Amino acid sequence: MSRRGVSREGVSREGVARSLTHLSLVAASVVVLLPLLVVLLTSLKSEKEMANDSGALQLPDDPLNFDNYVTAFQDGGMLSAFGNTAFILLFSVTGTVIIGSMAAYAIDRYTFRFRKLVVALFLVATLVPGVTTQVATFQIVDSFGMFDSRWAPVVLYMGTDIVSIYIFLQFVRSIPVSLDEAARLDGAGAFTIYRKIIFPLLKPAIATVVIVKGITVYNDFYIPFLYMPSEDLGVISTSLFRFKGPFGAHWETIAAGAILVILPTLIVFLFLQRYIYNGFSRGATK
Amino acid sequence: MTDTTEKAARPKEAAPAATTARPRAPRGLRLRRGLTPWLFLAAPLVLLITFTYAPVANMVAYSFTDWDGVSPELSYTGAENYVELFTRPELFEVFFVSGYYLAASVVQIVLALHFATVLSFNVRFRNFFKGVLFFPYLINGVAIGFVFLYFFQDGGTLDSVLSLVGVHSDRAWLGTPESANVSLAGVSVWRYTGLNFVLFLGAIQSVPGELYEAAELDGATRWHQFRYIIAPGIRPVLSLTVILSVSGSLSAFEVPFIMTGGATGTETFVIQTVKLAFQFNKTGLASAAAVVLLLIILAVTWVQRRLVPDDKVDLV
Repeated sequence: MSRRGVSREGVSREGVARSLTHLSLVAASVVVLLPLLVVLLTSLKSEKEMANDSGALQLPDDPLNFDNYVTAFQDGGMLSAFGNTAFILLFSVTGTVIIGSMAAYAIDRYTFRFRKLVVALFLVATLVPGVTTQVATFQIVDSFGMFDSRWAPVVLYMGTDIVSIYIFLQFVRSIPVSLDEAARLDGAGAFTIYRKIIFPLLKPAIATVVIVKGITVYNDFYIPFLYMPSEDLGVISTSLFRFKGPFGAHWETIAAGAILVILPTLIVFLFLQRYIYNGFSRGATK
Repeated sequence: MTDTTEKAARPKEAAPAATTARPRAPRGLRLRRGLTPWLFLAAPLVLLITFTYAPVANMVAYSFTDWDGVSPELSYTGAENYVELFTRPELFEVFFVSGYYLAASVVQIVLALHFATVLSFNVRFRNFFKGVLFFPYLINGVAIGFVFLYFFQDGGTLDSVLSLVGVHSDRAWLGTPESANVSLAGVSVWRYTGLNFVLFLGAIQSVPGELYEAAELDGATRWHQFRYIIAPGIRPVLSLTVILSVSGSLSAFEVPFIMTGGATGTETFVIQTVKLAFQFNKTGLASAAAVVLLLIILAVTWVQRRLVPDDKVDLV
């Protein structure tokens, strides 16, 4: 960065390097936050302000003008969208936790024939890009009569989540086998061991899976877009996407809708930061 | 790694297995032992096969037909779909769009490495910066699409910022294919850098601290520390990131679909496949396209595994 200095200048070079790295951090933060802040400002402007060509960086006249949020919430069908999203979240996350922990328990605690094959099946599945296989998945979901119902996303989220199985698997391994054995001596069967010993001890892993899966499902756009086209079956992603038509040029309403969608994520993130970092990095590195 | 836990300890109580064998009978016992893991695996495996493997198998089958996805009749056309894919230029031109996203991935990885290195040392407001960099990855894709539609529109965020510094641009950022693709690729850098950054940061922090201390004592500069301690330590994560980036660039979909719908030359391979399947009812051709993409991604992964042997502990 700086010219090759003599060693005596080492101190000041260090200083220059340090302020440059700080500068890069500040610049990155501006790049990340500015687009979001502008949308927040826009969402607080009135229709008149927008028509008078208020610049993107201008502050709104009334920083407490929440009219657009009311419009977005009511006319944009956000209430039913949040309801549908909550429904899908509840079922798919619960299902993922139960299914993933059961699979991890069986794979880790038992040796059985074809075990390697089962693990390989789960492994290879992570490489299949979900978006492309929808061409054929669609036919299967349709043949179950689930098209245009809230169950389609639920089963798809449950059935195609390999990452959670990995997170559980790593964790089940760390639970000492002696616990299982002690329980078995007390006459507990396989299911009792799973329910009374393994599952309760998996709490940290469950928290991680719930958060990671929850955020993924909350943000997913394509599956609801494809399988739930009905007007009353919007989730937050698809309902927001529909703002494009009726609110075409009403950026203040679209901005309010976007902020409404981002806000829950921000709150969850602020409260659960550590879990989120760990969860997403563990999920990705498997 | 795994121990068999069905050791000699004989359960006094019948496990809830679908067997009527008397617990005492050794054969019945063995049967139950064999069955137990499968009872736990039944639901996950059924779902996995139904929603991952069956679709892949069907997709391969559809790719040799001219099926439209709805009508009861279809005829086998052999490799015709594949021939069409590789001979009609407009069908494989979409792969060039992936080039923009690949270039963006390089930028993304470099930025993520830089920030992960910087923030692995003690910097003031470290957690704030970490949070700010990562947060975009968590935002809903549709919201991101709208945020950036406003960012790029005439008189939007970008134009306003530019006019602040005295540049008056009168260009429609999403108006020409090249500019639109660069803009969209930029959005994907904004969105995904945070994930790569957090992965790198985790890897860097798993390097024992004594190494840095020893290096400091030996008078190593920051650059030396990066070159000789950090870089080797994060090689596995780096290679994983490269795979994720390549397959991500090939299957770029959400941001361009939401923002431009594939207009003005921003159509990616996946957008095209989706349109073929669900707008033009060319299920056969779309399946062939999806199979091609799947094969490319599997090939990329395989090559990476051969080049960078995984020194991570395997699952089994």
